[in-house]
Amino acid sequence: MESYVTVSGLISQFLVGLSRAMILFIVSSGLSFILGVLRVPNVAHGSLYMIGAFVAHTLAMAAGGGAAGFWLALVLAPTAVALISLAAERLLFCHLYEREHLMLLLFTFALALILGDLTKITWGADYRSLVAPPFLQGSVMVLGTPFPRYNLFLLAVGPVVALGLWLFSNKTKVGKIARAAAVDREMVGAIGINVGRVFAFAFVLGCFLAGLGGALVSPTVSITLGMDHTIIIEAFLIVTIGGLGNMWGALAGSLIFGVSQSMGILLWPQFAIVFPYLAVVIILTLKPTGLLKSVW
Amino acid sequence: MLEVQGIHTYYGLSHILFDVSLRVEAGQVVCLLGRNGAGKTTTLKSIMGLAPPARGRIRFNQRDVTGWPPYRMARQGAGFVPDNRRIFADLTVGENLEIAARQGPGAEKWDRERVYDLFPALRAMDRRRGGLLSGGEQKMLAIARALMTNPQFLLLDEPTEGLAPLLVKSLGERIRKLKELGLTVLLAEQNLRFTLGLSDYGYIIDNGRICHHGRVAELVNDPQVRKICGI
Ligand SMILES: Nc1ncnc2c1ncn2[C@@H]1O[C@H](COP(=O)(O)OP(=O)(O)OP(=O)(O)O)[C@@H](O)[C@H]1O
Ligand SMILES: [Mg+2]
Repeated sequence: MESYVTVSGLISQFLVGLSRAMILFIVSSGLSFILGVLRVPNVAHGSLYMIGAFVAHTLAMAAGGGAAGFWLALVLAPTAVALISLAAERLLFCHLYEREHLMLLLFTFALALILGDLTKITWGADYRSLVAPPFLQGSVMVLGTPFPRYNLFLLAVGPVVALGLWLFSNKTKVGKIARAAAVDREMVGAIGINVGRVFAFAFVLGCFLAGLGGALVSPTVSITLGMDHTIIIEAFLIVTIGGLGNMWGALAGSLIFGVSQSMGILLWPQFAIVFPYLAVVIILTLKPTGLLKSVW
Repeated sequence: MLEVQGIHTYYGLSHILFDVSLRVEAGQVVCLLGRNGAGKTTTLKSIMGLAPPARGRIRFNQRDVTGWPPYRMARQGAGFVPDNRRIFADLTVGENLEIAARQGPGAEKWDRERVYDLFPALRAMDRRRGGLLSGGEQKMLAIARALMTNPQFLLLDEPTEGLAPLLVKSLGERIRKLKELGLTVLLAEQNLRFTLGLSDYGYIIDNGRICHHGRVAELVNDPQVRKICGI
């Protein structure tokens, strides 16, 4: 078995893990943001990721399937998901913030089921796949091993999203208000801020990230029903090991999850799926509150 | 400026305020005195909309504001300084002030520089996280933060609680200064001596009911009031 593991294989598999981690980070940072600011454990986050992938596919096809269609889809699919989440927030969630977490969990779970069925009705049970634009297809040589160009692209997008989120929460007034509301929403109201608006914005931003993750992942996976389940479990685990509401925690959790998954494939392919969960168990045993400070 | 008419406030099923009425005229400092658990904080929260009364009416600036959410009260010119300070711990001192800044209806135009002039100790801590400040510093920050909303009317909940005597004295001077600048204040306190020199008028609350009110000098000589306030 050892003979399969070579240094270059290790490196390329590590890079694959890193690029997978970028998708995980984009999705779980959105989940974490919503958890931190609104205290809503949004089970429907995975469904929005799935819808993002389906919408991206539909849009790209409608635009002729070329490179332009891909870029269009990458921008418009998350926007469509954001609009869906805005409707959900204004019609449903904004009335529920005061409920206890168990109720919120049930509500968002119900929403996940509804969105799952709507996806099935709209797109059916077929597998789809989206083609990346030509210049992101194929591989480049990285340290002597071929590495998919699209994964390199993901490796570039992840840090951009992280930087954007950091700038948003630390340099913009809305971001600062969102951080304050995460800790004491009542007091934020008492200084004259309409917290409902801030919550709507935070929810939509978090969901946009789910849609963006779904659109970004679509050239690398088959787009199908059920992709919501896997991602939501992974994202919740990542947020838990990283520290609830902590963006850097989501990043750390995603890296651990993504890399342990890809390394698992290399080391013990039949049991690869176990590795990230093993990492989660180890981390939570050593540090039950998560790696970084939770905002709760 | 403010008129509270017979409010009843509940926390869940427990009835806390019974028919509380009080008036604050523009430019006055009015105090609300009472022992622990008497209902001072609840009264202020009822006015601010944080614990809306089930019955009764609240008028503020010639408007019926009963049932208004806190953010509308703040925009209408009410600044709230909670007893437990409630500083946004993750934000720096400067950020705490920044997010509160708005063009309120108050006559004075407060900005970060001006509140730092009033509380010079805070200026040096501009970039320190709010959660790292001492209790007294957080008290000042809570007042400064309320001022940033440019209020006409300040609801101050036990500002002297836990402050050293010297700080209490200087806090009194600042409040007097705010009054000179035209701010109206409703001050919930247990510290009778502190309140005495500051207020124009006083209400005594006990077990959720207003039991006495009058000029502070008269209240202080009333044996019943002295008993309630524990002096
Ligand atoms: N959230 C709450 N839920 C239930 N009861 C409450 C709540 N907050 C306060 N109370 C009760 O309401 C009563 C009045 O409390 P309040 O905080 O208004 O008193 P206070 O006069 O401000 O006292 P202190 O001087 O200790 O601050 C107390 O009996 C208290 O136990
Ligand atoms: Mg109190």
